[in-house]
Amino acid sequence: MNQLRKLPRSALGSLALIAAVVGGGAAAFAYTAGWFSPHRLTSGKMVEAFTPPSEAPLGHRRNHAKGICFTGVFEANGNGEQLSGARVFVPGRYPVVGRFNLGTPHSDAADATARVRGLGLLISSDDGHEWRTAMINPPVFPVSTPQAFYDMLRAGKDPSAVKAFTDSNPEIAAFLEWAKTAPWTASYAEERYNSLNSFIFTDGAGEDHAVRWSLVPAAQPAPVSKADPEKRGPNSLEQEITERVRTAGPQRWTMVVTVADPGDPTADPSKAWPSDRRTVPVGTLVVQRIEPERDGPCRDINFDPTVLPPGMRVSDDPFPAARSSVYRKSYDLRTAEAKYYPHTEAAKP
Amino acid sequence: MTNLPHRFTLLQRLLHWLMAVGIIAMLFIGVGMVSTITPKYLPLILLHRSLGLVLLLLVLIRLALRLYYGAPPLPIDLPRPMKLGAKLSHLALYGLMIVMPLLGLGMLWAAAYPVVVYRGIQIPALLPQSDNVHSLLWSAHFYLAFAFFALVLLHVAAGLFHALIRRDGVFATMAPLPLRDPAVPSE
Repeated sequence: MNQLRKLPRSALGSLALIAAVVGGGAAAFAYTAGWFSPHRLTSGKMVEAFTPPSEAPLGHRRNHAKGICFTGVFEANGNGEQLSGARVFVPGRYPVVGRFNLGTPHSDAADATARVRGLGLLISSDDGHEWRTAMINPPVFPVSTPQAFYDMLRAGKDPSAVKAFTDSNPEIAAFLEWAKTAPWTASYAEERYNSLNSFIFTDGAGEDHAVRWSLVPAAQPAPVSKADPEKRGPNSLEQEITERVRTAGPQRWTMVVTVADPGDPTADPSKAWPSDRRTVPVGTLVVQRIEPERDGPCRDINFDPTVLPPGMRVSDDPFPAARSSVYRKSYDLRTAEAKYYPHTEAAKP
Repeated sequence: MTNLPHRFTLLQRLLHWLMAVGIIAMLFIGVGMVSTITPKYLPLILLHRSLGLVLLLLVLIRLALRLYYGAPPLPIDLPRPMKLGAKLSHLALYGLMIVMPLLGLGMLWAAAYPVVVYRGIQIPALLPQSDNVHSLLWSAHFYLAFAFFALVLLHVAAGLFHALIRRDGVFATMAPLPLRDPAVPSE
């Protein structure tokens, strides 16, 4: 019982020390977890801001919730090798899985109600790496920072907050101008999809290039009035692309990489780069087959824009990291809610 | 009892402290990265994945060393419940050290995320995408992390209790350096 002999001298001090170490450790952990920082912008808050007041689209993506799958190939023409060492730019054909989608949190939205249309893409190269990207059709992003985007979502739910929001985020004017004046089309195949975010490509010599990319449609856009898709029904875009690929065959887009000049705003996707910047067509996206999302190959894919092959990485643009974090949250939620997703019997979650 | 070791071998002690730093870092990185959407999210996740993989390899080596060299005996006069607590908590710590990285890997596989660590090294997927499996593994990884941290705190408290209050030589068996105050023999 020799420990008892030694107890009285320092036991209290020792106990206090142990309590301080354990308590301090727990407090540091809680601080790191953000439990003392209610104002920290988290992926959970962002998802909450997306969620419509009516109800959460259980089992679906929390934004761009409505979509339709496609498969096809990316045909690299070799031009991309001057910008990036990524395998996917070596001339050849690389399988793709993708998803046409609408910028809405409603999985059952009518196709004509969404101004923003998107394209998610996953290109696999034979070295086992993947290039995932999620692009949209406006030429600029509405706001400069993830915090401003969160504020925008919140203001969108509160009409009295809109004025204050646009006053403090004047950069949104360019996006609003596009939304007001850009022609509508009646087809996913006639849209141009833009990365908007900037990334860094590293070429074989180790040289970095700040870039953005776009998919430019081969199909000639035929402007229609906004009322036109409304007339055609709530799933007109999905029906149209299915029908078009079935009857007219594969649809094509040229993947165009735009290279920044020094000083171009890479950290702010609400700022377009000057139109005279160098562009490099690096290949062709060929959409060969359309499948409903319900059992389609795109359903279980998170088009996380930070899944990049060696030769590409994120830039100082804060959005890809924020998108990755929020997309992951959305994925975690919808996989946990898989029983609510309208699976057909053949396809188990 | 003279044959029984009074300390863990140097290699075991080295691994213990190395992994202690690694595991505490992992827990903090994990809980930090899921609560931020700032650009540091990406390097944190890369570090979490890479370090997790290293820790998985280290714990396998450590387990082999433990099975080969064993552990110094606990003091004879240690009360029975404390002995039991020590046994169970060490079992749980080993279990979590092995299971946590596997759950992390598994949940990435089940989500069809490519598992890329430093230098673009990719770990091939051993599980197909599955919503239910992802959800299960994700929940286990998430909630067990808090249990793991609680257990680490308990382990630290117990170690300090042995070192400062009982002074029974238990802490010295794992101390990184020989303590100036010689350990009380366990015989």
